[in-house]
Amino acid sequence: MKVTYFPGCTLRTKAKELDRYAHAACNALGVELVEPDTWQCCGGVFSYAKDEIASKLPSVRALIDARDKNEPLVTVCSACHNVIKQTNHQIKTDADFAFRMNNYLAQEKDAPAPYNGETKVLHLLELIRDEIGFDKVAEKVQKPLTGKKIAAYYGCLLLRPSKTMQMDDPENPKIIEDLIRVLGGEPVIYPARNECCGGYIALEDAESAKKRSNSISDSAAAHGADMIITACPLCRYNLIKNGSKLPVVYFTELLAEALGVKEDNDGE
Amino acid sequence: MENKNERRREEILRISGVNPRKCMKCGKCSATCPSYDEMEYHPHEFVYMVESGELAPLLESKSIYKCLTCFACVERCPRGVEPAKLIEAVRLTVIREKGANHLKADDIPAKLDEEIPQQLLMSAFRKYSK
Ligand code: SF4
Ligand code: SF4
Repeated sequence: MKVTYFPGCTLRTKAKELDRYAHAACNALGVELVEPDTWQCCGGVFSYAKDEIASKLPSVRALIDARDKNEPLVTVCSACHNVIKQTNHQIKTDADFAFRMNNYLAQEKDAPAPYNGETKVLHLLELIRDEIGFDKVAEKVQKPLTGKKIAAYYGCLLLRPSKTMQMDDPENPKIIEDLIRVLGGEPVIYPARNECCGGYIALEDAESAKKRSNSISDSAAAHGADMIITACPLCRYNLIKNGSKLPVVYFTELLAEALGVKEDNDGE
Repeated sequence: MENKNERRREEILRISGVNPRKCMKCGKCSATCPSYDEMEYHPHEFVYMVESGELAPLLESKSIYKCLTCFACVERCPRGVEPAKLIEAVRLTVIREKGANHLKADDIPAKLDEEIPQQLLMSAFRKYSK
């Protein structure tokens, strides 16, 4: 299976592991992640303002690239996923936004056909659950994560707003826990798993980010986890920076480990 | 003055797409807000102050920079008011004015550390500057 893949700015810089292990795991699962020839940063966070148009162009260009290849657009970073899915939803549901966005696009060199939200946007977790299938993943597990107690940290971006994201139950999700079980580990359910780490407030009010982040890592630790997994570079940064007692790793790293392809891809 | 306030209120309603009249004042948005303690005005207060046209205190308050865009109030509001959209619109009408950027590129070097993900810088600029 070939899919269009949007890596995002951080996966090429501070979160190379998230990207590298995603490729390794997908190779093992028979999925090829193919980047558009060019792409730009999604902007990191979705703007709700109805008159924010130009700042959403990078998302729409990536969506068009996938549409023109008749492929889904796959992301791994929670933030890229949130921004692109919400932008896609906005272009589908807000005619004025779609009109103005398409006016911008019409002025580009080699202007694309108008875009109205045709592309299917999938997080790698959704690709695994809905397109590859957990049973197929289970067959490929080489090194089960036996005995590992793993706390899935969803944060805010993967699940909300659920009307748009449509990934899982926003208050009682299970997609990452199901994956952990398939990989042979033991998921740990804890109350803060879908609360916010503080996000970009880290630059504005470091104390506030610390309070938020500690409430999450402490909650996971108090419920007996050995480690926390995430799909978001900013969650990982905030949790570690603010002194998480538990290691915080990307879900793709555990996936690659269980599929037996981690070492081949270490230290590149 | 009156006029300017009213124009601003209309702009906030227009760019947010929020109808504050749907609010039933249950307070759930504020109860679920992770930034509650950091805010002088809380999500439900943004809703009724925009509705009643009491904008001046909001425009001057640091509360507009404390929202995390975590979508908790958007998800959990039982009436679909989605207060974060209003907070965003109020903040935008402030930072879109000339010279009103809340985060400046010159502020960044002092805040950098080795591990800061680009995502953090991008998001902060998206929310605090125009
Ligand atoms: S989106 Fe902003 S206002 Fe709403 S709950 Fe999150 S931090 Fe609070
Ligand atoms: S949760 Fe919704 S209905 Fe309740 S106070 Fe907040 S905005 Fe109003």
